[in-house]
Amino acid sequence: MNSMNQSIANEVPSEDESPVPVAESQPTDTVIEEGKTVGKPFSDNAKFSLRDVEVFYGQSRAIKKISLDIARNQVMAFIGPSGCGKSTFLRCLNRMNDSIDICKVKGSLQLDGQDIYDSKRDVVELRARVGMVFQKPNPFPKSIYDNVAYGPRIHGLANRKADLDEIVESSLRKAGLWEEVKDRLEATATGMSGGQQQRLCIARAIAVNPEVVLMDEPCSALDPIATAKVEELIAELSESYTIVIVTHSMQQAARVSHRTAYFHLGHLVEVNETNKVFTSPEHELTESYITGRFG
Amino acid sequence: MQPANLLLLTLVLAVVAYGLGYARSRSLAMPLGGIRHLKSLPFYYGARAALWSGIPALIVLGCWAAFQGKVIQLIIIGGLPPELIPETEGQASLLLSKISNVASGALPAGFVDAPIAEAAERLKALRGQSRMLMSALVVSVSVLAGFLGWLRIRPRLNARSQVESILKWLFFACAALAILTTVGIIFSVAFETFRFFGKVPFTEFIFGSQWSPQTALRADQVAAQGAFGMIPLFTGTLLISAIAMVVAVPVGLLSAIYLSEYANRKVRGVVKPLLEMLAGIPTVVYGFFAALTVAPFISDLAASIGIEASSQSALAAGAVMGIMIIPFVSSLSDDVINAVPQTLRDGSLALGATQSETMKKVIFPAALPGIMGGILLAVSRAIGETMIVVMAAGLAANLTANPLETVTTVTVQIVTLLTGDQEFDSAKTLAAFALGAMLFLSTLLLNVIALKIVRKYREQYD
Repeated sequence: MNSMNQSIANEVPSEDESPVPVAESQPTDTVIEEGKTVGKPFSDNAKFSLRDVEVFYGQSRAIKKISLDIARNQVMAFIGPSGCGKSTFLRCLNRMNDSIDICKVKGSLQLDGQDIYDSKRDVVELRARVGMVFQKPNPFPKSIYDNVAYGPRIHGLANRKADLDEIVESSLRKAGLWEEVKDRLEATATGMSGGQQQRLCIARAIAVNPEVVLMDEPCSALDPIATAKVEELIAELSESYTIVIVTHSMQQAARVSHRTAYFHLGHLVEVNETNKVFTSPEHELTESYITGRFG
Repeated sequence: MQPANLLLLTLVLAVVAYGLGYARSRSLAMPLGGIRHLKSLPFYYGARAALWSGIPALIVLGCWAAFQGKVIQLIIIGGLPPELIPETEGQASLLLSKISNVASGALPAGFVDAPIAEAAERLKALRGQSRMLMSALVVSVSVLAGFLGWLRIRPRLNARSQVESILKWLFFACAALAILTTVGIIFSVAFETFRFFGKVPFTEFIFGSQWSPQTALRADQVAAQGAFGMIPLFTGTLLISAIAMVVAVPVGLLSAIYLSEYANRKVRGVVKPLLEMLAGIPTVVYGFFAALTVAPFISDLAASIGIEASSQSALAAGAVMGIMIIPFVSSLSDDVINAVPQTLRDGSLALGATQSETMKKVIFPAALPGIMGGILLAVSRAIGETMIVVMAAGLAANLTANPLETVTTVTVQIVTLLTGDQEFDSAKTLAAFALGAMLFLSTLLLNVIALKIVRKYREQYD
């Protein structure tokens, strides 16, 4: 399976929005202590409770002892320079890393108090509860209707055609796409614009009625107008879903998220309320990053 | 000098021209301050000089070689005494072959008339002269054109675009060669096919259900009137191909799915080459296997459950052919399945689909057109396969759908019709061409359909 290259490639965004390129300009005098995170990484109302998480790709350690809580019905943003491990970490939350042979996850990862990586855990059930939206819109080469109906069908969520129609309609409505596509539900999804495709993917993800939606740079392949629509959508969805979003745009993190986590070279450096991170960061690496001194 | 040696010499001259052109462009460039002041790189000046030296010489060589025989013949016939000048084409060719036999020494000069012997001497002399002239002409053209090309090298000369455009034509010529060969094959088959339909009515061939291509050799011979109905042969071909596909498609497809979706890298690295090795086994070896192992096994098995089966059967040939085709199907399907973007897999898995659901509902539909294309290519291969059928299915042209009986196929009949001593004006021999034409048409049709499907597939998820 050639999934590994692809997944690692996901780590490197095609369009890096930060002005200054990568590692050389990073301040070298700052030492990050392993497993130490400043700010408020923990929460009383945790949906995910993650402790001492480590991820290995073969010999190399991509995630270094991260502990973090992700609060219920909130939007959590992961920010950080390219290759810092945010996407890898995100993919642990619904075990999408499973398909990579050399990827090993250690530590305790719990969703509502149940271990995600328990050997008895049913991945299908986990992923039905924790949906995901990818960096590049990836609609199936099927009709718009079939794309949204895909999840409900495999999970048997609808007994009759009418139920399925209803799920499709409500999902498309939640994704703000219904008015645009209601007359051409049988048209193939790959013919839509990039922004529409991405919203279709969001509709597809929420059609399964998940509790959590993971978003891996959902706007990096979209134009500003489509981005604005998706961000609006995230704000609406956060009322009923827990959302984790990886983003390279700090404005986006500031606009949509309640809490922000800053990753650096596999470490979780700082977690706090979003406005706090962007107005008064505690760690100097966070400050350097958000002020644009390195990307 | 022999044309082959001359060709070699021309190539050597072209290489020399390349070296000289390269050197001249460099020496022109040095006073200007380096090769960056040249319009093109020295390589292009050298290549240009080589092309100037080589191409005209090759054209002269080709024309000379093509026309010298005809010209010499005309001269020889023109020089014969009037009473010997042949009247018909056939006589002329007989006479010329006699003369050339004498000239080559195969026929001693004492056995023929004096004018013929004289003509043979003249032929020898003419051939020698022609060869000399050709050598001189080709070498001088090569040297002269090469020199001209060399002389005209200037720093401002855009050798690159000239070389590129010549190369473009060269590539075109290569592509055209393949197409022309195909056209030539079509014409040669079509011509004989029309001759066949002059002897046997078209409708009898297409709709006839009897195939026994025995015809009387002499007019007074009592023999069966041949029957040329192609239906039993095409039925046999279809039957065996269908059996082959029934074996090859499920096994090939499922192993492709296993290899691309389930197998880890180590298993894949071992299994895939092993599977592809099946394609490298000569068909005659498959033939042994079918005839000596599979066919007796099938007939024994059938006998043990009380069914009568012939010792050579369509089933044996078809099954072994199917095994031969497995790597075709699996390799092509594997490529197509791998070409489905990983993002689609991720999308499906992230929705909580299992691996097999993802395969069934997303990957397979997306890859289906490509898989169909691969299967159709495999069908073409099955239809064209001969050796296994000769060895395992027999030669009897039965019109039957029973896979346990012996049948024969179009290709097998073509082989049997054309092996051995044949005369090229009997319906029996010409029937091979008609069969070939029909086979060509059907595989062509399949290939066109396959290409259409593959093209459509390209637009699917891009």
